[in-house]
Amino acid sequence: MSDPVSKSTLTHIQRLEAEAIHIMREVVAEATNPVMLYSVGKDSAVMLHLARKAFYPSPPPFPLLHVDTTWKFQAMYELRERMAKESGMELLVYQNPEAAERGINPFDHGALHTDMWKTEGLKQALDKYGFDAAFGGARRDEEKSRAKERIFSFRTASHGWDPKNQRPELWNIYNARKNKGESIRVFPISNWTELDIWQYIRLNDVPIVPLYFAAKRPTFEWEGGLFMADDLPRLEKVLGYRPEITERSIRFRTLGCFPLTGAVESEATTLDEVIQETLLTTTSERQGRVIDKDAGGAGMEVKKQQGYF
Amino acid sequence: MSSSDVIYQTEALIAEDIAAYLDVHEHKSMLRFITCGSVDDGKSTLIGRLLYDSKMIFEDQLAALETDSKKVGTQGGEIDFALLVDGLAAEREQGITIDVAYRFFSTEKRKFIVADCPGHEQYTRNMVTGASTADLAVILIDARKGVLTQTRRHSYLAHLIGIRHIVLAVNKMDLIGYDQARYDAIVADYSAFAASIGIEAFTAMPISGFKGDNITALSENTPWYSGPTLMGHLESVEVNTAAEAAGVFRMPVQWVNRPNLDFRGFSGLIANGTVRKGDHVRVLPSGKTSTVTRIVTLDGDLEEAVAGQSITLCLADEIDCSRGDVLAAADAPPQVADQFETSLVWMADEPLVPGRAYWLKLASQTVSVTVSQPKCTINVNTMERLAAKTLELNAIGVAEITTDRPIVFEPYGESRTLGGFILIDKISNATVAAGMLNFSLRRAQNVHWQALDVTREAHARLKGQSPAVLWFTGLSGSGKSTIANLVEKKLHALGKHTFLLDGDNVRHGLNKDLGFTEADRIENIRRVGEVARLMTDAGLIVLTAFISPFRAERDIVRAMLPEDEFFEVFIDTPLEEAERRDVKGLYKKARSGALKNFTGIDSPYEAPENPEIRVDTMRETPEEAAERIVALIIGDWMPII
Repeated sequence: MSDPVSKSTLTHIQRLEAEAIHIMREVVAEATNPVMLYSVGKDSAVMLHLARKAFYPSPPPFPLLHVDTTWKFQAMYELRERMAKESGMELLVYQNPEAAERGINPFDHGALHTDMWKTEGLKQALDKYGFDAAFGGARRDEEKSRAKERIFSFRTASHGWDPKNQRPELWNIYNARKNKGESIRVFPISNWTELDIWQYIRLNDVPIVPLYFAAKRPTFEWEGGLFMADDLPRLEKVLGYRPEITERSIRFRTLGCFPLTGAVESEATTLDEVIQETLLTTTSERQGRVIDKDAGGAGMEVKKQQGYF
Repeated sequence: MSSSDVIYQTEALIAEDIAAYLDVHEHKSMLRFITCGSVDDGKSTLIGRLLYDSKMIFEDQLAALETDSKKVGTQGGEIDFALLVDGLAAEREQGITIDVAYRFFSTEKRKFIVADCPGHEQYTRNMVTGASTADLAVILIDARKGVLTQTRRHSYLAHLIGIRHIVLAVNKMDLIGYDQARYDAIVADYSAFAASIGIEAFTAMPISGFKGDNITALSENTPWYSGPTLMGHLESVEVNTAAEAAGVFRMPVQWVNRPNLDFRGFSGLIANGTVRKGDHVRVLPSGKTSTVTRIVTLDGDLEEAVAGQSITLCLADEIDCSRGDVLAAADAPPQVADQFETSLVWMADEPLVPGRAYWLKLASQTVSVTVSQPKCTINVNTMERLAAKTLELNAIGVAEITTDRPIVFEPYGESRTLGGFILIDKISNATVAAGMLNFSLRRAQNVHWQALDVTREAHARLKGQSPAVLWFTGLSGSGKSTIANLVEKKLHALGKHTFLLDGDNVRHGLNKDLGFTEADRIENIRRVGEVARLMTDAGLIVLTAFISPFRAERDIVRAMLPEDEFFEVFIDTPLEEAERRDVKGLYKKARSGALKNFTGIDSPYEAPENPEIRVDTMRETPEEAAERIVALIIGDWMPII
């Protein structure tokens, strides 16, 4: 039934892998101070694995940067530390001091939480370390405005993105030249779909956060969504009440800050079951995230013009 | 089997045996294609339809689509598939596609990446961008309108950029009542045009993106059509990497992997062909060769790798190879040149400035380049060639370029990777043009392809010595030839392979066309230097005995050779002493005016400032000097290899 793949015809996964590796090597060859943004999610996990392949036997010649909101799941912090150690890469963690000082949190501050911790935090971190190229794990299939973003995406000195003034990107030639103060966001897995990510994880045994697999976890309901009570005392403090906790078998399709990331009830405890559930599901991936729903259909585009990754 | 059966079977397999399903899907190939046509041809609708029919749309997206279709749709409240595809807010408002958008879907057989390219002439650059990575182009025609100017433009661009598979999708068949005669007329019309611009083959099909005719299943509305469905065709055409894998091995080196002193690997994406462990490869432009010892990956070494794979190669020899070099099959290397005829697509608002220096990036090579005044521009609507002084935004032209150093290349028709390039403005850093190398205008000075497999190191090793040039300089009659002769005899007695070049054996043959003017004397020394260099390549120890009065000429020769192979031997004899000896009676002639331009008399001698060896003939006999020179060079450097 399927196309007999001759020896010389690469599979789509092989081609995507080769493309991502090629992109990473171009950046390392041409940028002066690259960094890999590492969010600990499954896309980041795949990107990190690709980096290890691209430069093997050398460790990837750039640090990992986690722009932390302090609201990530505990399991994410654990995997982050482990992966930095295994890859032999330096791990930089940045938390926007202003957001920390003002106690910005997802419950009281909604969109401001993302803006302060992530958008501003990222800009501050890039400025602080003087990075001129930052790898990000965004995919074009995630959201409409991302479908048009280049693989090498330029940011002005103030981190702005001008969708109408993008550099043409031909063949696999990337123009990485930039003026002082300008920087590039580079998306090596632009052409991957969610299924590609899962297949790659399966083929390469890429370590991912256990929260992607179903397990009995403490949950509560908030504003119509199902959430996990990862740090109950802290939750209580910001909510001002003790939410009603129920044990449910849940997992996450996408991982962000724990109060912004909705859980789904699931029994999928193995990778194959997770993929199966993903394929048979009828809800698109980012729906679990609150972030895209601001400002109607153009949410992400506005955020990106402001400097959100 | 109908498409709904396929979908049913897919779902059943996912539900019942996910592992089997994933195994099948891991082995899918990938096709990249573009859709081109104008706003009204139903391009976005067609892509939306492909996404929909391959079940790439989730329920929540479908719900949003239904809402949006009622709000801003153009299909009178029916589902407007185009809304799935048009991304940026500005485009939504204008109802047109400005940029290139990439979409993804997959079937049982393939994963697809679609570049949705804008149709308007002012977006030629965007279409070229989308086309540059495509295996196939779908040229959409509105069946009510037939072949239009823009159909011709898109076909020309697709052909220019080298897309091998062209699909002529005659869309909106539902609006002409599935009229076969009308369809046949359009195909015949297009066929005549395609042939005129050099498109050898294309596949035509009658479709309706809106109604779904001949997309995934043959339509009952077109019983007269028996060709493939659009999806069926997309699933079966040959992809570029398969064609590239059939070529000869080429890999531009992106990065040298050097984690420690024991490992040196060359990383890159294979552009063409296959490489195996043990293969003989050549580094371009140097022409050096070596053998592949390992193909290294995180998952273990590979026996072979093919076009499209990113790999790291290790070589048997410590040869120079860095970013920008190209590794190629040793017996069929690509060419090296610095002047080309190119086709350019101008992509910047600021027009081309002929003569200005731009950066040219081709594979991993970046060089400075100047572009001549274009030979012509091509009117993309009429295919007319027009005279031009420059290239404006979206213009396509033919122009010659000159790079500041030779680059490794192949004509674009043979290799997209080694024939496609971009031009970058040196001040704004913007990508201002895409270009394709048509052919080189001359071969570069660097005659790399004659670099021999038996290297200079191999020649020297066989002779058991390090090659060197002992460059004797000094006044006429200073004793250069005498001492050089003695040194050669002593070296020969030690079993060394030597050769003495002096005025007599050179002036009577190689340089007999040269006189004694300053220009001729400089040329004389240049030729001697080149000959000496060739002899060191052959592993010889070369001794030269020429007055060579000018420091600049001696430095030219010094620069031709590796630093540790040039020995300047200054035979320091004062003018009065040389003139007193006057072995050949030349000083007397010069003093009498019978000999012009004689060094020391009416032409200067510039003594070496830091010679490797200085012989003071007032203190040393020729025999002593020769002994000392031999001891110095043998003792210092002879047994190195």
